[in-house]
Amino acid sequence: MPKVFIERINETKKVKASTMKELLQKLNINPEEVLTIKNNELVTLETKVTEKDSIKLLSVISGG
Amino acid sequence: MVCKNCQEKPVFTQISNVKLCKQHFIRYFEKKVFYTIKKFNLINNKDKLVAALSGGKDSTTILYLLNELSKKTKHFTISALLIDEGIKNYRDKTKEDAIEFCRKNNISLEIVSYKNEIGFTLDEMLLRTQQKPCSICGVFRRYLLNKGARNLLATKLATGHNLDDEAQSILMNQFRRNNETSARLGPITGILEDKTFIRRIKPLYLLTEKEVAIYAFLKEFPVTFTECPNAKQGYRNDVRTMLNQLEAKYPGTKHSIVNTFLENLPNLKESYKKKSSLKYCKLCQEPTSKEICQACVLLEEIKGNLS
Repeated sequence: MPKVFIERINETKKVKASTMKELLQKLNINPEEVLTIKNNELVTLETKVTEKDSIKLLSVISGG
Repeated sequence: MVCKNCQEKPVFTQISNVKLCKQHFIRYFEKKVFYTIKKFNLINNKDKLVAALSGGKDSTTILYLLNELSKKTKHFTISALLIDEGIKNYRDKTKEDAIEFCRKNNISLEIVSYKNEIGFTLDEMLLRTQQKPCSICGVFRRYLLNKGARNLLATKLATGHNLDDEAQSILMNQFRRNNETSARLGPITGILEDKTFIRRIKPLYLLTEKEVAIYAFLKEFPVTFTECPNAKQGYRNDVRTMLNQLEAKYPGTKHSIVNTFLENLPNLKESYKKKSSLKYCKLCQEPTSKEICQACVLLEEIKGNLS
């Protein structure tokens, strides 16, 4: 299960998913609201993920 | 799955499902900003622009691009103005990012603080009023930006407002039956012209919040992707969440809202031009549509609660 760091809540979670899209669905995170980073590179939702990957979700909302 | 223009890995998917790699996304983004400036005639020769800089992704992006354009064309000048509201664990960090960015890019930066200008930080104000943080912050920030830009002899104030911000504002005004406030929106703000009121331009008007975040990330700007601690409490936050849910389900929703609004905006501005009058606040002499400006009304309330 890939480990995901969710920057907005400053938490790391383990999620069973094979693509970024599936991962966001399982975390109930709207793709409009995050940048999906895999191994320090920005990737699209169709990108495959494995448990070896380091995944980060950066919030795009600043509000100020 | 590769970029539509080359064989590189994509970093972005457009609404039309077209994929773009890093290099082509940057090209697409910059082209759209410069198209926006041209289409809405946002900058004229010899303009003295001041960019409202918070140190976040939107304002850093627009300051960077306007600075690049200024160096290239030499048609206008640009400097930056930062309003320090005094939000602990937020503005202190983004302020550092802003100072570092301006130093690196050799851009003049003026910092104006709530504490020095008004007497209280936002955090202190929140202890003395029942008002929501975003309502107070918005009023004083607009007030100090206008005053600060005018003191810097700006002809226009450039802000980092993006397509999401505009779509949210349009809906919020619609929901609150506030057409007059909507008439002040658009890529160039305001209804009436006056030398005391510095008009605002929004070169990121046609780009979504996510596109701006992608650009700032790819350009490795020294910005922290953090949210203002007060943002969750605002009405805007609910409208933003609703719009993002709609956008995920019906891609293109935000563009449709803004484009439809743009079709109606000239009539809206014209209609309120006849009804509006610009006055000067009896207490601080700043431009306002009322006898006493909103900043002075709020300040009196805050001071009143001190006694």
